[in-house]
Amino acid sequence: MYRYDEFDHAFVRDRVARFRDQVQRRIDGRLSEEEFRPLRLQNGLYLQLHAYMLRIAIPYGTMSSRQMRQLALIADKWDKGYGHFTTRQNIQFNWPVLKDTPEILDALADVEMHAIQTSGNCIRNVTADHFAGAAADEIEDPRPIAEVIRHWSTGHPEFSFLPRKFKIAITGAEHDRAAIKAHDIGLRLKRDAHGRVGVEVVVGGGLGRSPFVGVVLRDFVPKEELLAYLEAILRVYNLYGRRDNKYKARIKILVHEEGIEEIRKRVEAEFAAMEGPSLTPDPDELERIERYFAPPSFEELPNLSPELDEAKAADAALKAWVETNTHAHKAPGYAIVTVTLKKPGEAPGDATSDQMRALADLAETYGAGELRVSHEQNIVIPHVKKGDLAKLHAALVAHELATPNLGLASDIIACPGLDYCGLATARSIPVAQDIANRFKDHDAARAIGELKIKISGCINACGHHHLGHIGILGLEKAGKENYQITLGGDATENAALGQRIGPGLDYEDVGPAVERIVEAYLAHRASPDESFVDAVRRLGVEPFKTAVYEEKDRDAA
Amino acid sequence: MAKAFEPQIVTANDLLLGDVIYRTEAGGWTREHREAAVAHTKEAAEALLKAAEADHLTIVGAYLAPTRLGDDGRPEPTHFREIFRTTGPTFRTDLGKQAEGKSLDEEAA
Ligand code: SF4
Repeated sequence: MYRYDEFDHAFVRDRVARFRDQVQRRIDGRLSEEEFRPLRLQNGLYLQLHAYMLRIAIPYGTMSSRQMRQLALIADKWDKGYGHFTTRQNIQFNWPVLKDTPEILDALADVEMHAIQTSGNCIRNVTADHFAGAAADEIEDPRPIAEVIRHWSTGHPEFSFLPRKFKIAITGAEHDRAAIKAHDIGLRLKRDAHGRVGVEVVVGGGLGRSPFVGVVLRDFVPKEELLAYLEAILRVYNLYGRRDNKYKARIKILVHEEGIEEIRKRVEAEFAAMEGPSLTPDPDELERIERYFAPPSFEELPNLSPELDEAKAADAALKAWVETNTHAHKAPGYAIVTVTLKKPGEAPGDATSDQMRALADLAETYGAGELRVSHEQNIVIPHVKKGDLAKLHAALVAHELATPNLGLASDIIACPGLDYCGLATARSIPVAQDIANRFKDHDAARAIGELKIKISGCINACGHHHLGHIGILGLEKAGKENYQITLGGDATENAALGQRIGPGLDYEDVGPAVERIVEAYLAHRASPDESFVDAVRRLGVEPFKTAVYEEKDRDAA
Repeated sequence: MAKAFEPQIVTANDLLLGDVIYRTEAGGWTREHREAAVAHTKEAAEALLKAAEADHLTIVGAYLAPTRLGDDGRPEPTHFREIFRTTGPTFRTDLGKQAEGKSLDEEAA
């Protein structure tokens, strides 16, 4: 885990002190809302539909048990006993009152956390593969680079007033779990022909009103040149990115309007003109950072655990959970555990303070005290001995955290939507709850196989609906909530945007429509091995469209 | 014929709590939609909003929202967004205004 140095500590404390003063000045009337708004947003404080909301950064989704416990404490002391983990690997508290927010930020600083760069037209917190440092398919842990980028970008004077917000995601693995092609910049670690580690740089991805899949800007940038290369991209964007229209200001529009060739030419020219070495991270500092991400010392274990096999044979629930919710770890005899915050009927991504404390304790007992937040709104315990899985599972069951549904139909991403968010045009959480309840029979859900349903409550697409195998976008039509369905989206290395199947549906028709889509898949799939998204790719949207609209009319007749 | 004017109320969020509030006839603020002042003409609505905005040191983001008069002559929200703002998260009746309402009823019982 990264630990703050003196500079980091002083920086964060100073920000809290300044914010305390700003809040006081707003309360006693010396600051207008117009003046205060950008200041509170810079500190992660939003005003939502029913209350303020504080968005807290969990850089690259990594946190310690101690930090998770502090989040639980904040939930109990200053909020309403729960928190919401988001698709940006952040946590949001939905009910803080204004005067308490400096206290909360102080409590966060106590455990080296903050809410900086969760808002504003700056480089936002870097997100990373939630299996970083543990995945069997990883070239290298991407988090030291993410941390170097955080150092470089935090409060960067040249990039504090970009045309628009700027999001960077990074993965060290071949299989993309960080949706890097849906970010302003996506980075993927790779090796060149000589075995050197470098970075493939993807640019111009993004969702929202005008969704784009990112394109490769440079195939290979040596690791030590990465910051300079990023700086060159940001300079080109800062200079040429549109400031005349908020909806055309992201780098994806620049790439789309100018073409990737032109952008590449400008970036390379800027890069060539730069004094690269001044931006090459100091090797000592780099080493310091890398040391913090050193993996825990793994025991030498056989890869198979007879203990686990026995326990699985005796307990079908454990067997199902191990099969769906654990992944291959790079160390033999270990597994990566994902705890889904997706119990059917609950709000996706919500965890109570008791659950947070339980996760903190369990990560300490069984997982080297480390936790991750995934952009799919789940919690990962990255380093668990296979021999401990049965005990961990039993403990999770007691806290209602053992739902065996990772990657299945009830493991739905949903943004807060119109139950909290002031920008929303429709609700998303209750739609997710309705769908999850329809697929709560986990055996049936496993027979359906991998199915990623993603729901946004407005065009801003925080719920990544374009990337859902089934995407659902909530809008308003004629004074009612109305939902558009897309099929065939993909957030991985095969990134694709979903295709709309037809006119929007009413709120209560969404759940039945999803069921009919899944039934059509089961009827049409070539074999049980053909996944939902593969079937959509092969068949196109027609059979599903028929299932949704014609069968709806028939049922209604 | 010109479309009949749809009655409006002024709503905002409270600066300190963030809670949803409504402008009253008396020129104050209430947390109850039914106690909101109703403007029946465009001019009255503009005047109501202007007066409300003068309180910018204690409120945030005042705007006009459509309403209709219920059987008891009190305003009721018409748009679903405004209906949700009078309750709280629709899937968690233990939170927001709806929860307070409930506990008050329980107290009264
Ligand atoms: S997608 Fe829209 S409704 Fe959902 S959280 Fe983002 S801004 Fe709010």
